[in-house]
Amino acid sequence: MAGGIARTDRLRAIALLSPAYLWLTVAVFLPLSAMAFFSIITDVPFGDTEWHVTGENYTAFLESPTYARLLLKSVLLGVKVTALCVLIGFPCAWVLAKMIKGRAREALFLMVILPFWSNSLVRIFSWAIVLRGNGVLDKTLSAIWPWPVKLNLLFTESAIVIGLVHSYLPYVILTAYLALQAIDDSLIEAARSLGAKWWTILWRIVLPLSAPGLIAGAVLVFVPVVGSFMEPRILGGRLGTYYGTVIEDQFVAVFNWPLGAALSFILLAVVLAILALASPVLRKART
Amino acid sequence: MTRLFTTAAALALIAPTLHAAEIRVLNWQGYGTDIEWAVKAFEEATGNTVVHEYFNSEQETLTKLRTNPGAYDVVLINSSFTPQVVAEDLLAPIDPSKLENFDDLDPAFVKNNGLNEDGALYGVPWAWGLTAIAVSNNDFDTPPTSLEVLWNPDWAGRVSIRDDAVEAVQIGALATGQDINDVQDLEAVRTKLAELMPAISTYWGSENDWNQYMASGEFAAATYWSGSASRSIGKGLDITFVVPDEGAIGWLDGLSIPKSSENKDAAYAFIDWMIDPEFYSGWDKEGAPATANTAAAKALPDDSFNKAVLGDPEVVARVQFMQPMTDDKREEYLKLWQDLKAVQ
Repeated sequence: MAGGIARTDRLRAIALLSPAYLWLTVAVFLPLSAMAFFSIITDVPFGDTEWHVTGENYTAFLESPTYARLLLKSVLLGVKVTALCVLIGFPCAWVLAKMIKGRAREALFLMVILPFWSNSLVRIFSWAIVLRGNGVLDKTLSAIWPWPVKLNLLFTESAIVIGLVHSYLPYVILTAYLALQAIDDSLIEAARSLGAKWWTILWRIVLPLSAPGLIAGAVLVFVPVVGSFMEPRILGGRLGTYYGTVIEDQFVAVFNWPLGAALSFILLAVVLAILALASPVLRKART
Repeated sequence: MTRLFTTAAALALIAPTLHAAEIRVLNWQGYGTDIEWAVKAFEEATGNTVVHEYFNSEQETLTKLRTNPGAYDVVLINSSFTPQVVAEDLLAPIDPSKLENFDDLDPAFVKNNGLNEDGALYGVPWAWGLTAIAVSNNDFDTPPTSLEVLWNPDWAGRVSIRDDAVEAVQIGALATGQDINDVQDLEAVRTKLAELMPAISTYWGSENDWNQYMASGEFAAATYWSGSASRSIGKGLDITFVVPDEGAIGWLDGLSIPKSSENKDAAYAFIDWMIDPEFYSGWDKEGAPATANTAAAKALPDDSFNKAVLGDPEVVARVQFMQPMTDDKREEYLKLWQDLKAVQ
């Protein structure tokens, strides 16, 4: 009898899970396997081209310092953007979760999510218009400031960071918001009644309790930023060559899919390694 | 207009010998073959319909030809790339007798060694042009005469070259006084380009990019293509196209017929229309590269960009035409360019 129930449970579980697994197979596993296959062959196997299995695409990474240098540059960019997203996003989430209620919160939420609803290319090109020398930003600042301002941020690293932070900030705000909202207000009140200063409350109560959400947000930002290519290319100009743009070049401009695939997998491995190295710290933060 | 009708009538005469077919053309987007009035005139005259498919790089053309046998009837290939496509046995040799306008083509282009292989012609010379520089008239009272303008510190931060390894190396070769098809001192090119890099605001990729950056003042001087320059000027951009003293890169595009095409007669008819002076005079008004048809070039009005800039024999003497290139060279250039970009 008990076995019968377990079996129907199992069948039900399989039935309920199968769409998710089917989706994972079609959308994640198959494309990734195709790319894994491309990464170990000499030429794209279309038509009559001759190809054979090789490890050269991976050793190409080691043969030239260019790729490693660019990868480091991209990882540093990821760190900068993630740090800024957390620094800006966490206070925003705090305000949304604890200080504003009702209609105003809905309106603010809309403004946080709004960037998500616009096409990312449109966002980036609008930033290009704002940041360019004698553009919207320079003109506005010159109008307010008594001296003429010449920032000309376009085609600098700052422009890339601004564009990326704007694109990925909602991830941090939303995940941190969910974590912060779950914190019982009475905990904070209790701390305050026992004489804790605000930084003690932040450090001892709020940060530890909201850490899972904050970390999830940071990972959601860090991983795509390391592989980003559109923002660096459009906003970075001459300085916009990153690991992601080199991979894009392999696929779009020079048609060397095998090398592009191999570089992508190296990126995946490095990102996983970074997350694995960071996991003891992250796990500690969670407990 | 009357010429259009006579051409249409001429095409109509040969039309009955063909049965109406759908021909598929593979080309860059917005590059002549897909001009609406021209396609319409061809369709009305021959009864054949024309469908376009576009590519974004020469490598993509090659992949598309390999993977879709029979899918294309006319394909545009740069003469420096044609040998690679011929080597893969993807193209059919051209029979000049099927092209009425063939005799008007410039013999020098017809004999171009990129388009010919073992005594057979694999691409009908169609359009040619230059990669040189264009400058903004707002910044330059008198246009510069030397490529060195890109290296001039006065314009640092407002110059650009295209994000393309081969083109970058060739510009470097011109600036160091070398033969673009036989670069002896690649290190000199590397050093010269490394000096240029800090002055570049951003690389450009397409004609559209270029126009935007030039219009917003991001560029004062940048490398540019002659055909695109004539189009940009036609659209009202205040620029001057300069063929510097050091020379310019010349390129030649041919129209080829894939071996696997099943509508070869219709493809010949379309190519014949594409090299027709009637078609070219219309295209030139909209901004076109130079034509390989000498009769068409002669028929241009004197104020036409292509006649004024490219019709000058002294200018043409300075042009170095791009020759076919080996894959190894391409890869070497690509690596050089990637390394230069990566250290920025």
